Amino acid sequence: MSNSTRSANMVDPFDFLARYGTLIALALLIIFNIAFTRNFATMQTLNVNLTQVCTIVIVAVGMTLVIGTGGIDLSVGSLMAISGALAPMIFLGKIVPIDNIYLAVAVAMLASILVAGLFGLFNGWLVAHYRIQPIVATLVLFIAGRGIAQVMTNGNLQTFRVPEFQFIGLGRVFGIPFQVILMAAIVLVAYYVLKRTVFGRQIIAIGGNERAAELSGVAVSKVKLIVYAVSGLCAGVAGLIVIAINSSSDANLVGLGMELDAIAAVAVGGTFLSGGKATIIGTLLGAMTIQLVRYTLLANGVPDAAALVVKAAIIVLAVWIQQQGRQA
Amino acid sequence: MSPLLSMTHIDKRFAGIPALSSATFEVAPGEVHALIGQNGAGKSTLIKVLTGYHKRDAGEIVFDGAPFEATSPHHAQASGISTIYQEINLVPYRSVTENICLGREARRFGLLDWKRMHAEAESLLERFNLDLDVRRPLMEFNTATQQLVAIARAIGFSAKLVIMDEPTSSLDEREVAVLFEVIRQLKQDGVSVVFVSHKIDELYAVCDRVTIMRDGRTVKTAAMQEIDRIDLVSSMLGRSIEKNAGHATAFTSRDPKKIGAELLSARNMAVDQSVQDVSFDIRSGEIAGFAGLLGAGRTETARLVFGVDRPRNGAMKFEGQDYSPRNPGEAIAAGMGFCTEDRKSEGIVPEMSVAENMMLALMPKLNRSGIIDEKAQRAIVERFIAQLGIKCSGPDQKIRELSGGNQQKVLLARWLAMNPRLLILDEPTRGIDIGAKGEIQTLIKSLADQGLAVLMISSELEEVIEGADRVFVLREGKSVAELQREAATEDAVMAAMAEGAGPAQEEARVEQ
Repeated sequence: MSNSTRSANMVDPFDFLARYGTLIALALLIIFNIAFTRNFATMQTLNVNLTQVCTIVIVAVGMTLVIGTGGIDLSVGSLMAISGALAPMIFLGKIVPIDNIYLAVAVAMLASILVAGLFGLFNGWLVAHYRIQPIVATLVLFIAGRGIAQVMTNGNLQTFRVPEFQFIGLGRVFGIPFQVILMAAIVLVAYYVLKRTVFGRQIIAIGGNERAAELSGVAVSKVKLIVYAVSGLCAGVAGLIVIAINSSSDANLVGLGMELDAIAAVAVGGTFLSGGKATIIGTLLGAMTIQLVRYTLLANGVPDAAALVVKAAIIVLAVWIQQQGRQA
Repeated sequence: MSPLLSMTHIDKRFAGIPALSSATFEVAPGEVHALIGQNGAGKSTLIKVLTGYHKRDAGEIVFDGAPFEATSPHHAQASGISTIYQEINLVPYRSVTENICLGREARRFGLLDWKRMHAEAESLLERFNLDLDVRRPLMEFNTATQQLVAIARAIGFSAKLVIMDEPTSSLDEREVAVLFEVIRQLKQDGVSVVFVSHKIDELYAVCDRVTIMRDGRTVKTAAMQEIDRIDLVSSMLGRSIEKNAGHATAFTSRDPKKIGAELLSARNMAVDQSVQDVSFDIRSGEIAGFAGLLGAGRTETARLVFGVDRPRNGAMKFEGQDYSPRNPGEAIAAGMGFCTEDRKSEGIVPEMSVAENMMLALMPKLNRSGIIDEKAQRAIVERFIAQLGIKCSGPDQKIRELSGGNQQKVLLARWLAMNPRLLILDEPTRGIDIGAKGEIQTLIKSLADQGLAVLMISSELEEVIEGADRVFVLREGKSVAELQREAATEDAVMAAMAEGAGPAQEEARVEQ
């Protein structure tokens, strides 16, 4: 009868874990590393980990919004490849020669991010307009997207040395890697949107109960179109960072497996994979936790292949805790 | 002759709430027995206890002369109790034989014995006078044939009792006739049938006896030819026609002067089988009631008004203007609100807070910039929490933690915050405790007194009769009567629900 009093007085352990589990895990990992891993508490370690986690976080932010509506986006890795393939073609003047390098880089960045966003919009259109299951709708570009990128480049590796462009992946502002600043900005904006805007509430409402949202006048199709487009934009940005770091773009490799890393970060962060509860900060912590686990294992001599198994185990654990918390 | 099935004093509780209280149900061999009742009366629970989905808490079941306890639906099926559900659970692109033999394939040396399976399928279908090429894919046949194949599959060779749960809801008239033929065939073969349906005509067409359930009890069992339609309906609704015991709801009499000009009119609305020809109108400050049995088309009509579904036929006017909403957003913009029947699946967003749920519809209008003004929202939420007496720990409590009555109040507030002209309430007091029920009824009246037009759908007859200024009675997708408050007595409404009043009767009642 009085459900209200029960849950107010009792702290459910699973609820507590679902809320703070990721943060606790991250803290434990840091403590463990400070104690056992050599040279852990250095700026260099921080930089390595931050730069490695950046692209995952950026993609995972878009993924958080998509998953918040109860959807999923498998195409992000392929969209990274498309944006990563397009940008060098533009700033290397393969399409139209642009003399001013700054203009060329600006056009390259904007165009490739925008194209990735348009492909995201296509995902949203399939999901919202044709009501195709998101996993199937985004599978289309998961498969075709990398093919498109390869066709664009004839399957060739594009190498370049353009510092004006590579600033996005290698540059520093006041000693902080530029990509970390970019990541922080994207995280902050997404956090604000989800917490403080009508649009953010509508995302969560759709994921929580799509029919109720629709009957309350929420423009469900529009919201879905936008979140998939945003996910595409985020993937576009991440693709640029990856090729900037590598000084090369290989359509076969850019963003490979990124969809799974991003989904893992979202899940570990405490966002419901079924939609209806989404946390950007959780996603950030989730991505960092996974990254740090991998780093810890590598730094202590465990091979990367084994680290994958541990990563999987963490995801299973996180989802299990979520489920328990929700049943209570 | 001893009965084939007898269930006596069956009790079943879910989380302490009784779903069945001492229910007693008997089926004779070769009998077609109707099982009827309103939503939540306990029909499905009774069937599920029999077929082993649920374990009973108390009572006895005797089937085919021996105590019976199904451990699973599969066990029930093996013991001779077959259940046929509304949807056809078949694989359309596989052959008729494969569908019939699914899960019990004949094998020979570890391989499928097709010859034997085809022969089995043919002989089984013969029993239903079906002469099909069993090697062809099922989808090449029409729906009625597919339905028959589904029935044949479910019945097999060994069923002694067949339970049909609303088997006709997706069939057209011709297909229904075919189904009835099958039922008669089964009967001839000595198979008993339990027939669950809300269509009264069908019961009289095919059933021998009827058992009526209400609030988890079996309130009446009678031979079909000995019970008339009105008796049937009144037993389902739990009212006797003779007595009308004072006020059963919190609705009090209204001042007719509070009723204003016509706000919405709908003419000849139709969508599919569920709504075929519904007309009604509603004035500002008026409470209009929709009465009708389950499946009469009340909710479906409301969905048309609110733009959830698009009508196939008909025209609506709202405030004198042509009105045809393409989606709920347009209905809301026009000044409507819709509290749905199913709070859980269409109303609340369970993981969200009281405040977020309450502001869901108003949010875009209140925060034009797109950025939420928490302070302004909170003020509104707190006002409604106080005004409607919503019991919660605060605006931030999750709505799923609230009781049904308080959830309903939050959903009411979701619409009241919009300041609507017309509010559609579908079963506004279902599943709510008595106290909250009265509060909500009082609230509905005072809202109407302030000029709000209320369209109230309720399966509780007293709620419609005592609450509504005008009652529109729907039956099988058609509006069959319009009764003014004075004329809307229980027997008049029930008579219309059961049989439908002719046009002459209808006019006479309006004039009263």
